[in-house]
Amino acid sequence: MALVLLALVLWGVGWWINARLANGPQAGSRAVGLLVPAIFGVTILVVWELLVRGLEVPLVILPAPSLIAVRFAASLSILWQDFSQTILKGALGGYVIGCGAAFVMAILVDRSDFLRRGLLPVGNFVAALPIVGTAPILVMWFGFDWESKAAVVVVMVFFPMLVNTVAGLRETDQMQRDLMRTYAASYWQSLVKLRLPAALPFIFNGLKISTTLALVGAIVAEFFGSPTVGMGFRISTSVGQLALDMVWAEIVVAALAGSAFYGLIAMLEKTLTFWHPSQRG
Amino acid sequence: MKSLVAVLTVLAGIIGIWYLACVPMNIKGVLDAAERGGEVVEPAEAQTRRDLSSLALAAQNGFAVTRVWSVERPRLPAPHQVAWELWDTTVMKKVTSKRSLVFHAQVTLSATLLGFAIGTGLGILLAVGIVHSRVMDMSVMPWAIVSQTIPIIALAPMIIVVLYSIGVQGLLPKAIIAAYLSFFPVVVGMVKGLRSPDHMQLDLMKTYHASKGQVFWKLRLPSSMPYLFASLKIAIAASLVGAIVGELPTGAVAGLGARLLAGSYYGQTVQIWSALFAAAILAAALVALLGLLERVLLGRMGVKA
Repeated sequence: MALVLLALVLWGVGWWINARLANGPQAGSRAVGLLVPAIFGVTILVVWELLVRGLEVPLVILPAPSLIAVRFAASLSILWQDFSQTILKGALGGYVIGCGAAFVMAILVDRSDFLRRGLLPVGNFVAALPIVGTAPILVMWFGFDWESKAAVVVVMVFFPMLVNTVAGLRETDQMQRDLMRTYAASYWQSLVKLRLPAALPFIFNGLKISTTLALVGAIVAEFFGSPTVGMGFRISTSVGQLALDMVWAEIVVAALAGSAFYGLIAMLEKTLTFWHPSQRG
Repeated sequence: MKSLVAVLTVLAGIIGIWYLACVPMNIKGVLDAAERGGEVVEPAEAQTRRDLSSLALAAQNGFAVTRVWSVERPRLPAPHQVAWELWDTTVMKKVTSKRSLVFHAQVTLSATLLGFAIGTGLGILLAVGIVHSRVMDMSVMPWAIVSQTIPIIALAPMIIVVLYSIGVQGLLPKAIIAAYLSFFPVVVGMVKGLRSPDHMQLDLMKTYHASKGQVFWKLRLPSSMPYLFASLKIAIAASLVGAIVGELPTGAVAGLGARLLAGSYYGQTVQIWSALFAAAILAAALVALLGLLERVLLGRMGVKA
């Protein structure tokens, strides 16, 4: 009981510190902007730990963060194997193929107004569908190994990326295109020097949406059949064995991989589209 | 009008490619079946056929090409097979029958809608809190944004088993996954919407001596509606994905996800495809319904769509 009380007190203290910081004179500074969510996150972890111990929540319902950390440290090699199977091979492979294919397709489609008119609504429609459902079909076609996971990821990221790139290629206005014309620029010159740079914010939007989709696709596809390695496989078998600390360790890996992947693309965006108003502010 | 023609052309093209793709995908199965049925197949041994490319096989066995569109368990079913299966399992079967897709769709739909309601309700509440409290904004908002980059769906099997072990089963676990997936898009969109009134408008409310509640009900809430609907459309599609994925790990017996799983266990490809199309139709209908609601509501509010 004492632990539960301590948890409540700590929650109050954490909130109080945050309230002081957020309403204090330094509230606008960058340090506070990082400190406040950090304190919030740490408070949640501590309260979680204390509540699980204080209320003696069984392991099969919710393991304490310390247990998850111990499990994480103890099974680094398994986690690494799963990571490289699911993320590096499945998700990343599919991501590169899918986004690349969508990019090339977008440039081809952009050349024909008729095709663009027809494909854009269809692409928008498909992008809203539950495409993860194609996983069982693709697993059947490409086998249990990472190729089928990559195929699911390709299908999932293709349409969001296509729609965004096609929209981005329309971003230049008449004036700019006319300017290129007065320079006697060829199609390729105006594509590379004007229209692709102008499309970059849209392309990066598509790339960022696709990062999460890629991880989701690779993990969910493993629920339909996989070799005995991989994050989705480990999650579903560990759930079966009620080894929830292992499941949480995998989820930590997924969360870290997802944020790092997204962060990487966002960083790339920042360096490549430094000129765009949304990046200057 | 011109766009409609273009869209239809693209759709026809996709269906055409689909029919063509059936030839290389199914030709080997067709030839094996024809050989078992005592017909002369070129080349005769199954071993040599395996090493040949599908297109070469199709060229050498012209008689078999027409059969690739009517295989019992094809690797790739032809569009009309899927359409027939859809028709057969929705219209021809009683809706209460276990073999009716309407029955399965309704199971998934109820989990989706329940989860969507929970997720959006909580999401809107959290967004209101975030807009009105600086502390909540600074502590929760970064995490809400980071959480968008995480494949939350990895949690699905665990949520189901944990809830099962404390005695909760049936609709609720799936609805919780659906709620979880629809929660964050709504939070992020709604916060953006509630912040969308500009300084001028807020100042005007101030000169009217409007209370915080009045500012909320008369200015912030109405101006957040376009943002809310944009994120609701994302959220309901996410809910449906959540409900379908939620049916996978438990070996559920009912629902579109269960149809997918059963189809993949027993190699019933036509069943998988029809469940997939049913899910797609459901998603499209839900998004279209929200779009209609948006147009009616925003129209009555005088917002230009």
